[in-house]
Amino acid sequence: MAYVAVSGGKKAIEESIALLSYYKSGTDKDIETVSIEHKMSLLVDRVMSEAGLYAKAYAALALKQCEGSVEEAVFLLRAYRSTLTRNYYTHTVDTNDMRLVRRISAAFKDILGGQILGATYDYTHRLIDFDLDSKSSLATLSAQRDKLATLTPEEIVPCPRVSDQLKKEGLIDSFPIDDTKPSDVTVSMLEFPTTRSARLQTLTRADTGFISGLSYSVLRGFGQVHPTVGELRCGYVELCVPYLFDEAESICIGEILITEVECFNETNDKDRLKLAMGYGAVFGRNENKAIAIAVIDRELEQGGPYPTQNEEFVLTHGDSLEMNGFISHLKLPHYVTFQSKLDAVRKTRRDKNE
Amino acid sequence: MNRNYNFAFLDEGSKRAVRRAILNAVAIPGYQVPFGSRELPIGRGWGTGGIQLTLSLIGPDDVLKVIDQGSDESVNAVNIKQFVGLCTDVKTTTDTREATLIQTRHRIPEIPMTNRQILVLQVPIPEPLRIVEAREEVTKKMHGEKDYAPMWLELYESLIKYRQVTIAAEYPCIVEDRYMINPSPIPKFDNPKLHRAECLYLFGAGREKKIYAIPPYTEVLSLSFDDVPFEKESFKGKRCRLCGSENTYLDEMIAQTTGEKVFQCSDTSYCQEVKSYVSE
Repeated sequence: MAYVAVSGGKKAIEESIALLSYYKSGTDKDIETVSIEHKMSLLVDRVMSEAGLYAKAYAALALKQCEGSVEEAVFLLRAYRSTLTRNYYTHTVDTNDMRLVRRISAAFKDILGGQILGATYDYTHRLIDFDLDSKSSLATLSAQRDKLATLTPEEIVPCPRVSDQLKKEGLIDSFPIDDTKPSDVTVSMLEFPTTRSARLQTLTRADTGFISGLSYSVLRGFGQVHPTVGELRCGYVELCVPYLFDEAESICIGEILITEVECFNETNDKDRLKLAMGYGAVFGRNENKAIAIAVIDRELEQGGPYPTQNEEFVLTHGDSLEMNGFISHLKLPHYVTFQSKLDAVRKTRRDKNE
Repeated sequence: MNRNYNFAFLDEGSKRAVRRAILNAVAIPGYQVPFGSRELPIGRGWGTGGIQLTLSLIGPDDVLKVIDQGSDESVNAVNIKQFVGLCTDVKTTTDTREATLIQTRHRIPEIPMTNRQILVLQVPIPEPLRIVEAREEVTKKMHGEKDYAPMWLELYESLIKYRQVTIAAEYPCIVEDRYMINPSPIPKFDNPKLHRAECLYLFGAGREKKIYAIPPYTEVLSLSFDDVPFEKESFKGKRCRLCGSENTYLDEMIAQTTGEKVFQCSDTSYCQEVKSYVSE
């Protein structure tokens, strides 16, 4: 439908939304939200991390609502979160207590607590499986469940970090536990220079593509080049909040799946070298993003002439909502400002011709 | 009104936080107050700063007007009005005089506003110094030290090069001889309306997380040199094809049928009012 952006807007918007629903329906078959939640779980994880809201079912619903657009789904979750009252802050999570589903180190062959490969696409052949459509989820699921029923669960033993050993050896600086209340980037504006907590929060919510590209630029030479993944762990951590009637007590309200990475770089220590660490933690199984964050965290700590070493550059341009909102606003009418620009351009030309 | 959401969408704590930032902004005219900008169901960069101001201020008795490019009917204005309607049920109007709260993008209405009205302006880039300095950390210091030399230099260089100050819309102003502000992308034509006005002007930048204000009767001067006065866009010899006005900001357009260049008022509600007055 033809429209003029300054008149008849209401009808045009209604028709546009009707057309969207038609596109969304696509075929006569419906997709179940619970299927998106479980069968597209990496997509769900990405949306949750960029939204900064851990809510699998809502993330799946949001994806269903917007034809699977990551930026739109992130947008829906963020907007929904704005309407919720924040009742509690959880206690600090100690990731040493993580219930691991995967743990690897690229630094040492053997590590205390062992490596667990877990589920990864890293060692799959990326060949399209043309038989996939004829395979049954039910069969796979029940076979795995039957197998699980015959096994006895192992006791969970807290796993020390690879970096603990290097700290003991003095190769990585040790710092006392810092219990300063962290910044909260969702309720206050970033100001520069900012705190490390604000930095890590901003990075974990950043657009995956943006942060991956930046991190890649570091590896290619626009930064300190090649860090080593000391440890990547993926697993469940428990969240606890203070108990209302007795502050000394706490209540566990559930667990979330996260990926955590520690990267090592060589750095100067007066006339010798030491190792410095970059850190990244993200919602879900989100490994490349966690590594990318750890790389950038280290670059920002180091500082220097490259884009990834400039805190303001990195932290103000990676938010999915902000970047996509501002880019898409270019589609809005700019008749008044463009008229003003025309006036300015014409005035200079008139003068030159005189 | 959608009962699933709080009145005016945001939770009361968030609205209060925005109002506190507004009070700070009014107390220090022209100073950009940082605030914890909340995400809204409208795109960041599509007026979320303005909308957060509107949502945090609006009450059941308010009458709301929303304009974009001067028009009440533009898609964006309609969209914002519908969103506020969805979560408040307040009365909306196109009549500038009837409104208690007006949200606008890129224009200030032609009819002077009174001291029972608030004009909320949507701001994409609140920092006037951004055109001379990219880093927030630096511009913040420049404001603190009232170091506006690079901006004056920018104006001077433009004069040397083009014999004109070539800044178009978003022309910077000095508020009460202290803070330099970006008046949002209003045309230079509207800048003088900010000076010693009767109404309260509030500026909201959602993506950049800043709020600033020009309280009533505040001195707001557009940058100019003693020997080079501030100059607005000129529409000399042109008039609105609909109402005949010669004193308004005009949109230039190409007629769909004849391909001819024509002009009409950008403020559609003002244009209609003049037209009905002329035809009576």
